[in-house]
Amino acid sequence: MRRTPLYDRHVAAAAKLVDFAGWEMPVQYPDGVRAEHMAVRERCGIFDVSHMGEIETVGPGAEALLQRLLSNDVSKIALGGAQYSVLCDEQGGVIDDLFTYRLEPERYVTVTNASNHERDFAWFRVHAGDFDAELHDRLDDYAMLAVQGPLAREIVQAVSDAPLPARMTTATRRLAGAEALVCGTGYTGEDGVELLLAPGDAPALWDELCRRGAVPAGLAARDTLRLEACFHLYGNDLSLERNPIEAGLGWCCREDTNFIGADSIRAARAALSSPGASASVEPVLGPAGTRPQKLVAFAIDGPGIARQGNSIEGGGVVTSGTLSPSLGVGIGMAYVPAEHSALGTVLQIDVRGKIRPAIVKQKPLYRKAS
Amino acid sequence: MSSYPDDLLYHPEHDWARIDSEDPNVAMLGITWFAQDALGEVVFFDPPSPGTIVHKDEPYAEVESVKAVSDVVAPLSGEIVEVNEKLADAPNAINDDPYGEGWLVRVRMSDPTERDALLDADAYSATLGA
Repeated sequence: MRRTPLYDRHVAAAAKLVDFAGWEMPVQYPDGVRAEHMAVRERCGIFDVSHMGEIETVGPGAEALLQRLLSNDVSKIALGGAQYSVLCDEQGGVIDDLFTYRLEPERYVTVTNASNHERDFAWFRVHAGDFDAELHDRLDDYAMLAVQGPLAREIVQAVSDAPLPARMTTATRRLAGAEALVCGTGYTGEDGVELLLAPGDAPALWDELCRRGAVPAGLAARDTLRLEACFHLYGNDLSLERNPIEAGLGWCCREDTNFIGADSIRAARAALSSPGASASVEPVLGPAGTRPQKLVAFAIDGPGIARQGNSIEGGGVVTSGTLSPSLGVGIGMAYVPAEHSALGTVLQIDVRGKIRPAIVKQKPLYRKAS
Repeated sequence: MSSYPDDLLYHPEHDWARIDSEDPNVAMLGITWFAQDALGEVVFFDPPSPGTIVHKDEPYAEVESVKAVSDVVAPLSGEIVEVNEKLADAPNAINDDPYGEGWLVRVRMSDPTERDALLDADAYSATLGA
């Protein structure tokens, strides 16, 4: 199994380590997932996400190549900007979901999911032939830390040589002496930053940020936090069998940019938005079925916790489910037939033989009281 | 830290039984320190109803942590005569005090000789490879 540059820190902290996409990663530290979750919601948590991959795209044709690959309008990324998109196959199935940062006019870094990195990079290469751009697999060149929570910026700012970049932008800074790419992004629903830096510099920065109050948090808390915020997890809520329209990611798909899969996604968008969507006779995309489905957020009404794979009466399946530490109830996301996707709809979820009612809720499930 | 009291009988699926001091046909059941540690913070215990028949080596209840659900296996066969109602509001007692406040159910054994197949604390600890 692969280890991040912070492996020794996790062992020293007595973290519980698990195999995640071939990486030996901390799932939780001794204080437990609830304490870590609440630390991020109320103060500041720090996650080692060095298992995530990076693909660098450089050259005069970099923008055009990314425009062909990524679903969003890459030409809209300003210098120092960030953008979320999905990578699709010709059928509109999702290969991965990604953040892309524009570091220089002709240099971009795209962050991949650990489980998909090699497949993504291969896909990039296969389609790069006609473009005047170079691709570099930078997975081994970066450690990645996510510092998240209401105090995250304050804690990172205190070790930075210049003001931190705003949300959805990026800038190079020296943090406690180490050069890092600071990105105003995250996966928790809190303000904060993600830091890309040389692996050798990561342990000292981790120590310094922890010393200043950032609480180490593991993958379990990362999952409960992202699910409360209704961020998708690839492999659960996104897959090759689902298109981004069903997944509720139509907002990051710009079919007019003619990215790979755009035609399929245009058809899926039309199918789901047509007044007759619930009675559609035209097969929609993929093997998921002939009726359009939508990814909804839900909260269990009563006791119980739905889990990935639980089926729903009348059609549909839970793709993510957990207990929400912030709300104290079972929450999750599920694909359901479009006609069952309206807010307030009661879903009957089969939780290992027990039918648990759940209510379709507004996304995100957790929103900061402000 | 881990502990495996000497007065309990253990099932290799990480369950314990405490034979009632007044009625040797009744046993209290729970999960071991190892089980609760592997599971993490328990957030939900879905108990079976009193009167339910449980069978040795078969699941009779579920405990859930934030991340996962886990079956609880019966170390002995019998009929459930009582469930720990306090766990509905405080399932974390299973973590904090797995052999005390975190007990799960009490069972009237249908075959008290089954206890002979259970492990003592040393034998159970040995299965953990510690």
